[in-house]
Amino acid sequence: MEGLKLSNAELMIYIHPSKSRNVYQAIGRELSGLLFQYNETFDGVLLAYDADVKSKQAKILSGLNPYFGVRVEANLLLFDPKPNSLVEGEIVKISPESIHVVVLGFSAAVITDVDIREEFKYKMRDGEGCFVSRSHKGHTLKIGTTLRLQVQSFDEEVMHIAGSLLPENTGCVKWLEKKNTEQALHMDRDHKRRKIA
Amino acid sequence: MGAVEVVNVPFNSNAMDNTGLSDTALLSFVRTALVSAINGDSDHYTQIVGSMYLKEYSDTDSVAELEVLLKCLSGSVACIDVFHHRELLASIFRMSLWDHKPYVMDALVGLVISLAATSGKYLDSCLNMLISNFIPPPFVMRLRQSRLDDKKREVLSRVHAALERISYLVPLAPSRLAPILIHKIPKIHAKEFFMMTYVDNLLKLENSSIGKVVGSKIIMVVMERLRDLDLEIGWDDILQDDSSKGMFDMELEDAVDGTMNEGDEVAVGSQNTNSSDGNAVSELLDNLMVRSFEHLESCQQAGRLDEVFEILFVSFENLILNTFKAKFSQFLMFFACSLDPENCGVKFARKLLDIFLSSNKPPLTRMSAVAYLASYLSRGKFLPVSFVASILKRLVDESADYCRTCNDEVNPKAHQVFYSGCQAILYVLCFRMRSILDIPRSQSALAPLESILTHKLNPLMVCLPSVVAEFLKQAKAGGLFIVSKAFIFDDLLESELSRAFGGFERLDTFFPFDPCLLKISNSLISSNFNYWSNVKPTYDDEDDELCPEIIVNEDADSDEDCDDDNEDLDYDMNKMSITPKHSFMLETDRLSKMPSRIRPSTSPAESF
Repeated sequence: MEGLKLSNAELMIYIHPSKSRNVYQAIGRELSGLLFQYNETFDGVLLAYDADVKSKQAKILSGLNPYFGVRVEANLLLFDPKPNSLVEGEIVKISPESIHVVVLGFSAAVITDVDIREEFKYKMRDGEGCFVSRSHKGHTLKIGTTLRLQVQSFDEEVMHIAGSLLPENTGCVKWLEKKNTEQALHMDRDHKRRKIA
Repeated sequence: MGAVEVVNVPFNSNAMDNTGLSDTALLSFVRTALVSAINGDSDHYTQIVGSMYLKEYSDTDSVAELEVLLKCLSGSVACIDVFHHRELLASIFRMSLWDHKPYVMDALVGLVISLAATSGKYLDSCLNMLISNFIPPPFVMRLRQSRLDDKKREVLSRVHAALERISYLVPLAPSRLAPILIHKIPKIHAKEFFMMTYVDNLLKLENSSIGKVVGSKIIMVVMERLRDLDLEIGWDDILQDDSSKGMFDMELEDAVDGTMNEGDEVAVGSQNTNSSDGNAVSELLDNLMVRSFEHLESCQQAGRLDEVFEILFVSFENLILNTFKAKFSQFLMFFACSLDPENCGVKFARKLLDIFLSSNKPPLTRMSAVAYLASYLSRGKFLPVSFVASILKRLVDESADYCRTCNDEVNPKAHQVFYSGCQAILYVLCFRMRSILDIPRSQSALAPLESILTHKLNPLMVCLPSVVAEFLKQAKAGGLFIVSKAFIFDDLLESELSRAFGGFERLDTFFPFDPCLLKISNSLISSNFNYWSNVKPTYDDEDDELCPEIIVNEDADSDEDCDDDNEDLDYDMNKMSITPKHSFMLETDRLSKMPSRIRPSTSPAESF
C-alpha cells in the first residue's frame, strides 16, 4: 500500500485563553479538527497524530488577537495518494460498468469499465456480480475482496479516488501476493538447481 | 472490457424509439450520444435531455422509455462530463421522485447513487436532490389520504435507502449532509404538512447509521426550529383576555392538571380568536414536540437515549438556555429526563448546577441555568427527594460561602447571581419542603439557610415576594427555622428590588417549567409533572391564621394599572410581573395557588 507517509512537524497552535486551563486538551481538539481533511500544509489527509509540547513557553499575540501560540512537535500520519501510486481497499459494489472500493475505511474509489483491463470479464456467480480473469481462473474480484488499484486522480475535497486496473500488478491483493510468493519460490528453486549443477 | 464499443443502432426519426433493441445496444447508443456531444455532435444528446422531462401522467410508452433511459445513464456515468453534459445533469438533479411511478423512481435512485459514487463532483448535487424529496410538492396535498400515505412511503423509503447506500459507498458522504439538511428545512411559516414531513425524515435519518455522523446537527436543527416556533408564539396568544384577573389566577393549572381537553380555555391561542396564525404555529409546535417526544422514546427503546441526551443538552445550552422567551421547547429536556430519571434526569440537574457554579460563564447564563434548575427540581415528579435535597444542599452551601466572603449591603444588581441562587432555593422549597423535611438530617443540611436569609444581603427582601411569602409560610409551619421578626417586611418595594436583580431580562420571574400549555405535549408530560395543586405544603389550610406576621406589602402598582388600555402594554406587563396585588393576609387564598405560572414581562428582548 502506497500513499501513506509519516511526517514530523513543528507546529504553532493558537489557543484561546479560555482554554488555557487545559492546554493539552485544547491542542488535541485543534488537531482533531484537522482529521480526515486534506491539508495543503501537510500535503495530505491527516489520519492520526501524536503531539508533544516541547516548551512550556507560549507566545502571546499582541494586538486585538487574544490567542496564545504553543509550539508543538507532532508525528503525523498522512494519506496522500499521488497519481500512479498503488493503494488497497475493499470492494463494496460491483456492476458491469464499475467497481467501487473503500480505501482505509473512509476514501471512496471507483474504477470504471474503461479502466478495467481486458483480462477481466463480468460474470454473475450465485446471484452476485464479479469480475473473473480470463487468463488466471483463480483471480476473481467480488464484493469483500481486497483490491490493489492504481490511482489516476484524487479529489481532495471529497477524498474520492479515480482508480485503474489496467496495470498487471493490480487486482486481488491475496492472489497477487500468492503469485509473487510462487514466483519467488520458483526462482529460488531454479537458483538452487543451477547451484547443484 | 476496455474502451466503449460504439454500436451502430438503426435509430430512425426518434432516437429513443427503442422497441426491440437489446439493453447492450441501448447502453451503447446512450454512451455514443454522450461521447458525441463532447465532440460537438449533440443531436442524440439533445433528444436524451428532452426525454428527461416526462412525468407520471405521461403516456405509458414514454414513461417506460424514461425508465430505460435512466438505467442506461446509470451504466454510462463514466461517460458523463460535468461541463459538456451540464444540461443533462441539471435535468437529472431537477427531477423529483414524487412525480414518477415506482419503477421510474427505482431507476432514478439508481442513477443518482451511481453518480454520487462515481465522482466527487456530483456528490453534493446528488445529496441535495435526494434531500429535496423530503419535502413533497404541493400537488401531493390534493391526493386522498390513503394515496398520500402510499406515495409518501414509496418516495421516502427510497430516499432513505439511497442515502444509506451512498454513505456505504462513499463513507464521508454523511459529513456533507449537514449543511444541506440545514439549508433545506422549510421556512418557519411553511405549511404544517411540509414541516412535519421534513422533521419526520430528519429524525428518521438521526435514527439511522447516518445519524452517527450528522445526528448532533439534526437534533440541533430540530431544536432550533422548535425554539423559533416557540418564539413566534407571543404571550398575547396565551394569556387570558380578562386582565382584571389577578396574576395568580393565570396559573392555569386547574385545566392543565393532567386532564386538559380540547377547547379548554388555557390552550395556547384559544382565547385569542384573532390569532389564527398563533393557533397554527402552536398546533405545529405541539405536533413537532410530540414527534420529538416519540423520537426520544424510540431512542430509549434502542438503548441510546444517553448518547442522544448529551447532544440534546449541548443544543439546549446553545439554543434555549439563553433564550428568555422560551416557553415550550425546553420541555424536550424535561421529557428526556422523565424517560430516564436515574441517568438523564440526574445529569440534567448536575449540568445546570455546574453552569450556575461556573464563574467563567456570563451572569445571565448562570442565572438562567439556576432558574431552569429550580423549576426542574420543583416540577420533576420523577426526581427522588433525596436527589433534590442533595442539589439543594449544594446551592445552600455555595450561597452560605458567598455570604461569608461578602460584607456588602442589599445590592440586587451587584449580587444578582447570588440572589437568583437564593430565589431558586426558596422556590424549590415551596414545592418540596414537606418531603425534604421528612428525610432524616435534612434539616441540619439546610441549617446554613437561616444564616443566608439573615445576612446583610437580605435575599428575602430582594427575591420575589410571592415566593418569599410562600416559603416563609411553609418554613414556619414546617419548623425549618423560627420565622423571626427580621423577616417581617414593611414598606418595601420588593418588586423593584427583584426587578433589579432579574435585570432587563426579568430572570427573577423566569420559571421555565411552569405547566406546558401545548395540549398534546402536556398530556404526555402531565403524569411526570408536579402541579402546584398536587403539592403538599407543610401547613394545612386552616393554619393560615397562624402566620399573620408574614406580610409582603403590595406593590406600588395598583390593579388599575392592569386594567389600563394596551397603549403601554409592555410597561403594564412588567408591572404585572410577580408581586401580589394585595397583602398576603388578604390574599392567602390566592397565594395558596402560588408559583405555578407567573406572567413574564413581554418587554425584554427575545434573547440576550
